Amino acid sequence: MSIWEYANPLKFLNWTTKVLPWVAGCAAVCVSVGLIWGFFFTPDDYRQGSTVKIIYLHVPAALMAINAWLMMLVASLIWLVRRHHVSALAAKAAAPVGVVFTLVALFTGAIWGKPMWGAYWAWDPRLTSFLILFLFYLGYMALWSAIEDADTAADLTSVLCMVGSVFALLSRYAVNFWNQGLHQGTSVPVATGERTVADVFFVPLLISMVGFGLMFLALVLLRTQTEIRKRRAAALIARETT
Amino acid sequence: MIALLRRDLRLAIRAGGGFGLALAFFLIVVVLVPFGVGADMAVLGRVAAGVLWTGAILACLLSLDRMFALDFEDGSLELLVTSPLPTEGIVLAKAAAHWITTGLPLSLAAPVLGILLNLPPHGAVWMVISLLVGTPALSIIGAFGAALTVGIKRGGLLLSILVLPMYVPTLIFGAEVARRGSEGVALGSSLVMLCAISLLAVGLLPFAASKVLRINLK
Repeated sequence: MSIWEYANPLKFLNWTTKVLPWVAGCAAVCVSVGLIWGFFFTPDDYRQGSTVKIIYLHVPAALMAINAWLMMLVASLIWLVRRHHVSALAAKAAAPVGVVFTLVALFTGAIWGKPMWGAYWAWDPRLTSFLILFLFYLGYMALWSAIEDADTAADLTSVLCMVGSVFALLSRYAVNFWNQGLHQGTSVPVATGERTVADVFFVPLLISMVGFGLMFLALVLLRTQTEIRKRRAAALIARETT
Repeated sequence: MIALLRRDLRLAIRAGGGFGLALAFFLIVVVLVPFGVGADMAVLGRVAAGVLWTGAILACLLSLDRMFALDFEDGSLELLVTSPLPTEGIVLAKAAAHWITTGLPLSLAAPVLGILLNLPPHGAVWMVISLLVGTPALSIIGAFGAALTVGIKRGGLLLSILVLPMYVPTLIFGAEVARRGSEGVALGSSLVMLCAISLLAVGLLPFAASKVLRINLK
């Protein structure tokens, strides 16, 4: 019994159908608790006023935007090495979700930036590299939709995802070099364990982050199921017509 | 490999539009910029390096979609892949031919066009150096993009969406070298980084591109 057995499309459909309501439910609870707590039951920041509350949308969305790409990278690698179709379909399913998170992060950042920085947009390294990440998502999705043969599309997009990751990372450090930042550093450094956010703000933020993670998981599982069923339907039609 | 390179060069020159088209496009982009931002020489001098680099990148993009597509359509690409020459070698030869017909003439023409944009004379030297170092990376990244989209009809637009984000690091460091050179400040690590990107791209991307080519020809 190995973990790879769950990658069989039929088994995948079975266990995800069982798990999905729970994941979706937990995601809904966490996101609503995090957002409602964050928006209505936390004090205003003494300098930023109520604008600080956008953090409960902005930070989890940005976090998941990057993690979605990482997940796609891992799924692409699994596809290239072990040729599990579910893996390729999961990568395909994650891209639109990731692109929406990227857009949410960009837009909430712009809305927050206007009162705080005095501008919707600044060519700051973090903002710029997020915009570049958005472009990579677009290219990835465009390539998926341009190729008709499913296996070729999976192969090509997997290689693109790997090469794209290298270039996205390279761009991240290149823009650091290119322009000095306006964006504040991370508030929750994982490595040092010190954080600059007070507990009042941090607890709802953490709940919201967990919620966004679960929401991503639920959406990806659902979209992967849809892709599997779509492919099965296509196979049935092909069998009928020949 | 040399024979393939020669063949591609000959095709590019005799079919017309190999050397000429990219250069003409580059010239037009540079001529359009003053109409857009105004004829103030001081302003033009400040943006010259960036404009030349952006123009060079767009001109490079122009002939990318033909890199593999022509050979793919008439079947000679399949013959090439089944030949004893490794696919990586084919990619390298194709990219080299692309560089000789676009990157090289663009680099050499840049200082002449720089005069139009009020690029200072000492900046011209750095402009040529940065383009000479950076354009091989553009060609090989473009070869990867062209290999990805070779089987797609009218893949030109898709190709530009895939390739342009990957040009960002090269553009940043290349334009930085040219800008610092023209302002006469210390180059810092920008030139080293530009070299590193070019070398890594030329060294590693042929493997990814040939993998992709083989998938497309399967």
